[in-house]
Amino acid sequence: MTVDDAGQKTTKPLKIDPRFKYEISKMRGGEKLMRCFQCGTCTSDCPIARFSDTYRPRQIIRMTQLGLKDRVLKSDTLWLCAACFTCTDRCPQDVEVASVIRVLRNLAAKEGYIPQVFKDQCASILESGYAYRIPELRLKKRENLGLPPLPKGNPESIRKTLRDVHFLKYVERKGE
Amino acid sequence: MSKGKVSKVAGPKYLIFIGCVIPYRVSAFEISARKTLGKLGVELVEMPEFNCCGLPLDPVSHEIMLILAARNLALAEQKGLDIITLCPGCAATLKKVNKTLKEDKALRDEINRHLKEAGLEFKGTVNAKHLIQVLIDDVGLEKIKKSVIKPLTTVRVAEHNGCHILRPKEFIGFDDPENPKTLRTLIEATGATCLHYMDETECCGAPSAGVSDKVALQLARDKLTHIKAVGAQAMITICPFCHIMYDTNELRIEKMFNEVYGIPILHYPQLLGLAMGISPNELAFNDLRVDCSKILGQIYKNGKING
Repeated sequence: MTVDDAGQKTTKPLKIDPRFKYEISKMRGGEKLMRCFQCGTCTSDCPIARFSDTYRPRQIIRMTQLGLKDRVLKSDTLWLCAACFTCTDRCPQDVEVASVIRVLRNLAAKEGYIPQVFKDQCASILESGYAYRIPELRLKKRENLGLPPLPKGNPESIRKTLRDVHFLKYVERKGE
Repeated sequence: MSKGKVSKVAGPKYLIFIGCVIPYRVSAFEISARKTLGKLGVELVEMPEFNCCGLPLDPVSHEIMLILAARNLALAEQKGLDIITLCPGCAATLKKVNKTLKEDKALRDEINRHLKEAGLEFKGTVNAKHLIQVLIDDVGLEKIKKSVIKPLTTVRVAEHNGCHILRPKEFIGFDDPENPKTLRTLIEATGATCLHYMDETECCGAPSAGVSDKVALQLARDKLTHIKAVGAQAMITICPFCHIMYDTNELRIEKMFNEVYGIPILHYPQLLGLAMGISPNELAFNDLRVDCSKILGQIYKNGKING
């Protein structure tokens, strides 16, 4: 339901992209999307679906098959998957559900929907090699505990290997 | 690092891949793992110039994950050593990328084009393994049992494998995700009893915590409830994220749901270390949030190990 210029409540027709399923099927991990026959094994075995009111892997797969691109990619629930791979291992059609979800997340990220936590981790990896900014105090404590010094990352080398990855510009955009 | 104590023959040697979350928040795991592996004659070489395994960024860019993982593997190849990780997420990622790139030449060439910028190349000549796979496959159960000088026969614990040590089976493959045996076998090698409970292979919820704390904590609570129901005195984990989920959050979960669990969460090498006769202090027990005095008191009755 949306409100139009005249203040009238209107119902927008669903936007359907019939090519969406082919787009996903061409991506690494999304190849077997069309095999899904909606048995629901993924959702019934999903630990997140047990406690979330909204996250339903079967539903995400169906919406993807139907071409509801915007609704799938803009949805916050897409980011709830814990990547436990229970759905992948138990799917009778070998859809690799968790990989399809990952492909959808990758696409959502490209469209600019990236939870802040991933931006932070990416920035930290480019800075230090580590996904978290490990405070000096921790490093000192480490050595006090008798552990060897933490290996130094080589951010320059990491940056070189990622130089041609166009994706970085989406992740590096901050605070959106 | 080789200690000329018991092991006359040189033990297996690995590059140790510590990952990010262990040095950030879970030092006790690293301390106890290094101590116990040392006793078992496993030689650890520090990983040079390594970077995050790549897993945290897989949700946003599969390509970046592949490059980061391949970079680590290429560095290990230069050293000519296999990798041991303490984090199952790192092990799973490195294994998966290693297998994928070995089998898919086109993708390997593509990733190598990126690595070339930093003078590196992935060839596929080393393996990556998690701690418990090294223990069961390379060290061997017999050697572990021999290292146990104070069997923990009075202790009853519950195992928690977590997901990435088991799934997806196609890539991890060394244990059965529906009925895992490795961790149970390793726990039993210490003399402790490993209890069965409901939904043993269920996820801890940690990966969702950044997106929905509520869902993640409910999952963690579910597991603590099932473990309490069978009377386990401790939960044994092998993953830094699972450990944070239960140990760091247990008090919070107790408050949130008005429950009392009081279940200490131990890293497996801490349990093994106790059975090897290493002191709780040396195994960094004081780094744990949930109080362990009860179970330690039982093990050390009259100042001696009981059992």
